[in-house]
Amino acid sequence: MSEAWSINHWSRPIHSPTNVFASFLVGFVLLGGGCSSDTSAPKSPGIHGEITVSAAASLTEAFTALAKDFEAKNPGTQVVLTFDSSSTLSAQIVEGAPANVFASADQANMTKLAGKGLLAGTPAVFARNQLAVITKPGNPEQINSLADLAHAGVISLCGQDVPCGTFAAQALAAAGVTIKESAVTRGQNAKATLNAVTEGDAVAGIVYATDALAAGNRVHVVNIPASQNVIADYPIAVLAPAAKQTAASQAMAKAFKSFVLSRAAAKRLKEFGFLPPA
Amino acid sequence: MNRARQRPPVAVVAAALLAVGFFTLPLVGLLQQVTWSNLAADLTTPEAAEAIRLSLVCSLAAVALAAAFGTPLAWFLARSDFPGRPLLRGLVLLPMVLPPVVGGVALLSAFSLRSPVGGWLNNAFGIQLTFTTWGAILAETFVSMPFFVITAEAAFRTIDRRYEQVAATLGARRTTVFRRVTLPSIAPSLAAGAVLTWARALGEFGATITFAGNVAGRTRTLPLSVYLALEADRQTAIALSLVLLVISLVVLVALRDRWLSRL
Repeated sequence: MSEAWSINHWSRPIHSPTNVFASFLVGFVLLGGGCSSDTSAPKSPGIHGEITVSAAASLTEAFTALAKDFEAKNPGTQVVLTFDSSSTLSAQIVEGAPANVFASADQANMTKLAGKGLLAGTPAVFARNQLAVITKPGNPEQINSLADLAHAGVISLCGQDVPCGTFAAQALAAAGVTIKESAVTRGQNAKATLNAVTEGDAVAGIVYATDALAAGNRVHVVNIPASQNVIADYPIAVLAPAAKQTAASQAMAKAFKSFVLSRAAAKRLKEFGFLPPA
Repeated sequence: MNRARQRPPVAVVAAALLAVGFFTLPLVGLLQQVTWSNLAADLTTPEAAEAIRLSLVCSLAAVALAAAFGTPLAWFLARSDFPGRPLLRGLVLLPMVLPPVVGGVALLSAFSLRSPVGGWLNNAFGIQLTFTTWGAILAETFVSMPFFVITAEAAFRTIDRRYEQVAATLGARRTTVFRRVTLPSIAPSLAAGAVLTWARALGEFGATITFAGNVAGRTRTLPLSVYLALEADRQTAIALSLVLLVISLVVLVALRDRWLSRL
């Protein structure tokens, strides 16, 4: 081995082994989500154990709160959450990611999983969402409508095949607005798209109204009129059990789905700006 | 020679084979997913061609910047002695272990339009780094330059300084010594560092998408393109990944034999 490949020189001051170990642990917990212990027989008929829920990035705040509510109501349960764009999540599930529940920001990705026989039971819509334009606080570029996005500078949109990107394209088409692709930066999910405006130099973006609300005073929100807006259905479904999944996790997955469809959950979702299902 | 021919311990071989399997299995899995008949078509779509071109431009520019600024920095780290040197080296190498997305956020805090430096660049010279190819180059340089610096620093440390001293006693000026003695003797190491830097820059994703954004034709390099295409146009994503993989593998294998083995 030549010294060019040697790493002796920097082995001292860096703490990477700890980081690697930590991420290994996290990964282990995530992967192990579906098959946690149920070796000891449950003393109560109640549910217990751990499930993994794959939820659309736009559900980050709402589902974090819902998971806490669920865990508080059902001691001995743990809900592991993983967030990304619905299209990324559904691709992961197709590839065999061991999730128990899928909450999508559109019907298309749910239908995709149903088509592959990956759902247990039928999906149910638990919330709806709409789009909003966000700008920097104080709206320095004076953006007041979708039309103003056409020549404002770089606009942050979700990837063309990510639900919020598809919906944004529909809204822009409804408003008859075209933005040059060279003036568009594409986020991998709703949160990344928002961050390009809050952290980066994007002039404005189109995200879900709930994301805009969650961003608080980090953004200025411009509402999109109903005639141009897109209403997105959020369906939830229990996923078909993977080979090693226990009956306990399947039961808990069903319980979590019922909980998300409950009145208590509906109240929570409303707090985060979601619309009730039609 | 005899020692080298001794049979290695079984446990070592077994562990080594496991490691080999661990590295190759995912690659084999990727290769299995390639639709070979469509490969040419997948790679010549305007989007794919644009991403490949942009990736080459950005990664080569990053290597040039890393070499131009990394060589003096490596010399400084290797040849001068001052109290804060371990800290400085840690700082320089930090991007190697920092999550690239965090690197991107850090770059934004320094060079976005609302940051002091980025704002000044824009006001004074009309330069905007975010959402431009320069931004993508900067992000790649930030993440990949440490590879150049550690390799070059090691080289500066290990060369026999007597040659330099002899050259100096024979009346050569410092710049002449550096150009005619030091540089030629560390050239293979610098080349190796450049190759590693280039390979890292080519695969850069997190810092680029966070800092420079994901703009078609400007900052959407191969890895960003792969990520966007992954769900919708899987074949293109896999074809593009294959390009990244083949380029990196060919270069690493070829240059390792040619340059690194001489060290």
